[in-house]
Amino acid sequence: MKVVAKFWFFIGVLAALSPLGLLLPEHFKAGPAWGEWGVDEIRELTGYLPKGLEKLANLWEAPVSDYTFKAWGQKRPADLSLTYILSAIIGVMVCAGVMLLIAKFLVKNK
Amino acid sequence: MHIPDGYLGPATCGFFYLVMLPIWMVASKIVQKALKARQVPLLAIAAAFSFVIMMFNIPIPGGTTGHAIGGVLIAILLGPWAASIAITVALVIQALLFGDGGLSALGANCFNMAFVFPFSGYYIYKAVSYNAPVISNRRVVAAGIAGYLALNIVAALTGLEFGLQPLLHRTASGQALYCPYGLNVALPVMLSEHLLVFGWVEAIVTALVIKYLQKQAPELLTESK
Repeated sequence: MKVVAKFWFFIGVLAALSPLGLLLPEHFKAGPAWGEWGVDEIRELTGYLPKGLEKLANLWEAPVSDYTFKAWGQKRPADLSLTYILSAIIGVMVCAGVMLLIAKFLVKNK
Repeated sequence: MHIPDGYLGPATCGFFYLVMLPIWMVASKIVQKALKARQVPLLAIAAAFSFVIMMFNIPIPGGTTGHAIGGVLIAILLGPWAASIAITVALVIQALLFGDGGLSALGANCFNMAFVFPFSGYYIYKAVSYNAPVISNRRVVAAGIAGYLALNIVAALTGLEFGLQPLLHRTASGQALYCPYGLNVALPVMLSEHLLVFGWVEAIVTALVIKYLQKQAPELLTESK
């Protein structure tokens, strides 16, 4: 197998295993990364919500926030891992696609 | 390490966008010159790899989570400038599609993870592996050390950016406007959790892949700029 194909295989394996990034923190009762709390968590931690933070926090509504399809997961929590894998596949393909376009553009316009 | 919207004040956000603009321009110029057609698929893989490795949240039991970035590995294989572009792509997609990292903080997040990270890791690797043959164990060790140190450098930098906010922006009554934690909290917390846990994850991932490539594709480990 060519090394490029091996790399893609490896990334596929990572995408398939990605729910570990969801399940392990849950199992060990670990919260979000430090400094990445939602507004409710901040209020709980500090007793108030910084005013500027409140204004900026919802600047952008991401289509798949937190790499999970919430509506789908709420119906069947067991499917949350599946939505995580789906996010991994979408993310991998979009990243690779955008990078290919940029690289091709750069090479072509040498 | 993906700073969300609302944690950095407008001055900090604007500053890092201004710093990143010339870096992105120079990176595209340099990559354009140095990139060979056969490296294009590797660059796409690099962006995809960085994206997916960041989904592996590692827990500190009862505490917070963190993750590797994979960027030192990319810098070793494709050079720091190409790594900078590949990680930027991953960070932009994460912010836009998945809400991981804020749009206002994107300049800062790119400066930390797509500039300081690959560059510091790359030069630490170069220094430690200086003159070592492609298949030597010193290269594997150098890759691990570079991953570990670079992630901690970036953790400290991120802690600094968080911690400066209460100094920069306060209400008249002294309440923080953005990140509520100052340097005395943000810096030691960010640094200690990366020194103790997440840095090791980056080190192991980087060293293992280099070890694997020494056997499978040593040609990828010859010098790249």
